[in-house]
This record gives sequence, C-alpha cells and structure tokens, in this order.
Amino acid sequence: MILGASSVTGEISLNPHEVRAFGVTSRGPLLWTQAELVELVHETPRVASLLFNVPDWPGHLPGQHVDIRLTAEDGYQAERSYSIASPPEERSVALTVERLDDGEVSPYLVGELRVGDKLELRGPIGGHFVWRAGDDRPLLLVAGGSGVVPLMAMLRHRAAASHKTSARLLFSSRTFADIIYREELDRLAAASDGLTIFHTLTRDTPQGWTGFTRRIDAAMIQQVAWPKEQTPAVFVCGPTPFVEAAADLLVGVGYDPLWVKTERFGATGASGG
Amino acid sequence: MGFISRGFRGKRRDTADSGRLPPGQYLVNDYPVLSAGPTPRPNLDTWTFSIEGEIDTPKKWTWQEFLALPAETVTKDIHCVTKWSKFDTTWKGVSFDTLFEGVETAAEYTTQFSDGDYTTNLPLEDLVDGKAWIVYEYNGEPLHPEHGGPARMLVPHLYFWKSAKWIRGVRLDKEQQPGFWETNGYNNYGDPWREQRYWGD
Repeated sequence: MILGASSVTGEISLNPHEVRAFGVTSRGPLLWTQAELVELVHETPRVASLLFNVPDWPGHLPGQHVDIRLTAEDGYQAERSYSIASPPEERSVALTVERLDDGEVSPYLVGELRVGDKLELRGPIGGHFVWRAGDDRPLLLVAGGSGVVPLMAMLRHRAAASHKTSARLLFSSRTFADIIYREELDRLAAASDGLTIFHTLTRDTPQGWTGFTRRIDAAMIQQVAWPKEQTPAVFVCGPTPFVEAAADLLVGVGYDPLWVKTERFGATGASGG
Repeated sequence: MGFISRGFRGKRRDTADSGRLPPGQYLVNDYPVLSAGPTPRPNLDTWTFSIEGEIDTPKKWTWQEFLALPAETVTKDIHCVTKWSKFDTTWKGVSFDTLFEGVETAAEYTTQFSDGDYTTNLPLEDLVDGKAWIVYEYNGEPLHPEHGGPARMLVPHLYFWKSAKWIRGVRLDKEQQPGFWETNGYNNYGDPWREQRYWGD
C-alpha cells in the first residue's frame, strides 16, 4: 500500500482485537468478581488496610494491582486501581488505601465500607512492577507515603520466603503518625534477616528520632543505595514528584535506568483517586 | 449488573460531559504521569526520529529537520488506562500523514520505540488519516520530560500508553509484535470506548 496525506486505508485487513501475547502465558479475560470485606485495619489517621475474601482468587505477584468498581443505586459507576499489599502466601487480598478528601472512591473505601460489605474487583494486573523472592539481586525499595503499599507486598513475600536476598527500604513519610505499617516494619527489621529499613520524615519529627529528617536527596541515596557494582533490583513508588526525584538520584549514582522500576500516582504535585 | 455498592453515591460530574467519558474513566483537571522507569533526558544534538522496518528507504530526521516539518496544532481528549481522562488537551506536532508521505510498505502493523527501551505496538491504520501525531509542544510550551519531551506520540483515540513518550522512531512490521505494556498484561489494541484495558478485554 502507499501511505500519504490522503491515503485510503480501507484495504488493510486486520483484527485489532486479536490478542497474541509473545513469550508470556496468555490467559482469558479478567472477570469482575464480588469481594467481601473481612477485616478493616486503620494504619494511620488517613490510611486503612482492607482485607477481602475474593472467591477463586488466582494468586498474584508482589507489586501487582487490582481494579475495583463501585456501583450506585442509579447505575452510576466508578473504577479505580489499587496496589495489593498482601503477599501471595496469604489467602485474603489486602489493599491499603489513603483517604483523599477530594476523592470519589477512597473516602468510600476508608469511611463508608464496613466488614461484610462487598465490592466488585478484578485482577491481578501488571507484569512489570513485580518482584519474586527467587530474584537474587539485592533489593532496594524506595517509597513515598502510600507508595509503600506494593513494596510492602514484596517485603511480606520476602519474609515468607526460605531464601532471603538482602533488602533495603527507604521510606519517606510526612510525620511519625503518618508512617504506614510502622510497627510491622519494625518487626520485619528486627528479624535481622538481611533487611534494613531507613525512615525519613519530611515535616515533624518526634523527640529522640534517629532517622532522616528531610526530603530524599543525593546524600541520602548515596548512604542507602546498594553500590552499583551489586546491580540491585530497584522499585520506586510514590507521588510523581517523589518518584521523579528518587529515580533521577538513582540514575545519578550510576544505576542503569533499566534496573529502576517505577510506579507513580497523581499529577505533578496533585493527586487523583 | 445488578450489584449495588451499599452507601455509594459517587461524585456526579457535569452530565453534558458524560458522553465524552469512556466507560470506567473519570475526569481530571491536572495531568497525571505514568511511566515504567526513570525519565530519560536525550541530547537534542544527537536526537533523531526514524521510520524503519518494512520500508525500502528508511527515513530519518534530526531534531532541527523535524521542527522544520509542517506542524499542526490539535486539541484532543486523552484517556489513560489507569482511569483518568483529560479533556481538551492542546498539542503541536507533526501528523503521521506528513511523516508517511510517499512511503510504500507491505506492513500492516507498527512498533513505536523510545528512549528508555519502551515500545508499543499499533496497527498501521491507526496512525494514518489524521489519527496520530508526533508532538513536541503541550499548551504552547515545549513538552516537559516527565510527559515525554522532547517529543512523544499522540494517538488520542486509544488508551494513552499507546502514545509513547520519548519517541525515537517507528518500525513497520508485517506481523504484530506486542510492545512493553502489551507483554505485561495490557491489551494489544486498547480502545477506551470498548474498555480494552487488559489481556482478553
């Protein structure tokens, strides 16, 4: 065929719906299923973990997400994506959700939804931002706020694995009270099994605080990041400006950009959801 | 249908706009960012855009040559697979009809390739007849690196991951070759109006 400004392309015959996945296991459509809330855990004043019983859950990898769908009585629907917080080893599927005051879905999930309620869910989704405990490279996790959620699935998966690769988490929160999973992270670090956790607080710090007290910067990354010679596996998740800054700093210490997997939420300085 | 979320009302949007919003999407006024890795910052002195693959004489433009091509300013609604949509985004760039002028090919598919090793695949017919552009300005400003600058694809009738950021070229393919997200669980075609988000949708 000849292409040009006025070309007619009706001669092309193709089936754009044909799904041919090369080199990966293909599977059928992800169907919506009704998931029942079985437990609600308040993590911080704004953040809650929701544990769902999902019938016929096919299992997932740490880092994957699900879509949820809410339907009002008049048929109005809203869909959002949320990272999975639970490891594959657990039966229930946990989501950890930050309530955004101007949000449409998060105030419903953190505030209205009660144990015994159901919502529609489908997943797991995503094959890039995932980590398996069999990966021998040292693991570097960098989280801003609720960006810790998919990284927590990785740490919980690692804790359940028989062979534990060395791991570091750098976790930036606004205040001490805003540290999501704080006690569980303390317990994971106390296991002394090769996991080191570094916290930084960007607003208020309590008396006796020994962690960092500033936004992530080059000196902090230098101190926390594995030497590039160790070719680490790196996952960065958080608000867009945080992820941009962290990823640039990691490239700045000589990391190959392809080692650094990122997941961002929200706009440049604002948030959706 | 039939399932109701107890106690859910939702935030009603301007109903005049509801016909412009594909199923499962919500409207945003800001501009979220989605990418799989660090933001590349290519050197414009060595930047090129090429058309290669199933083509007798591959084509290549430098940054200066690319800016000299006839440009269009277009205003489009965009739809991201992560559920946000943004209306009336204004871009300046070069139509694929201009880039493909005089190109003869047996290909029916294409792969866009970008800095950062990103690829995405599209049927050739989705690039032509005023459906796709390579853009380098957003709202009258040079395109910010986070949003794909210096230049990105704009294919607004498909989910926005099909509009590859940091674009460096298009390969014309006889066979369809799934790109980066397409091998990671996302739909091969990605029509927002048929909610083709994932494999099997």
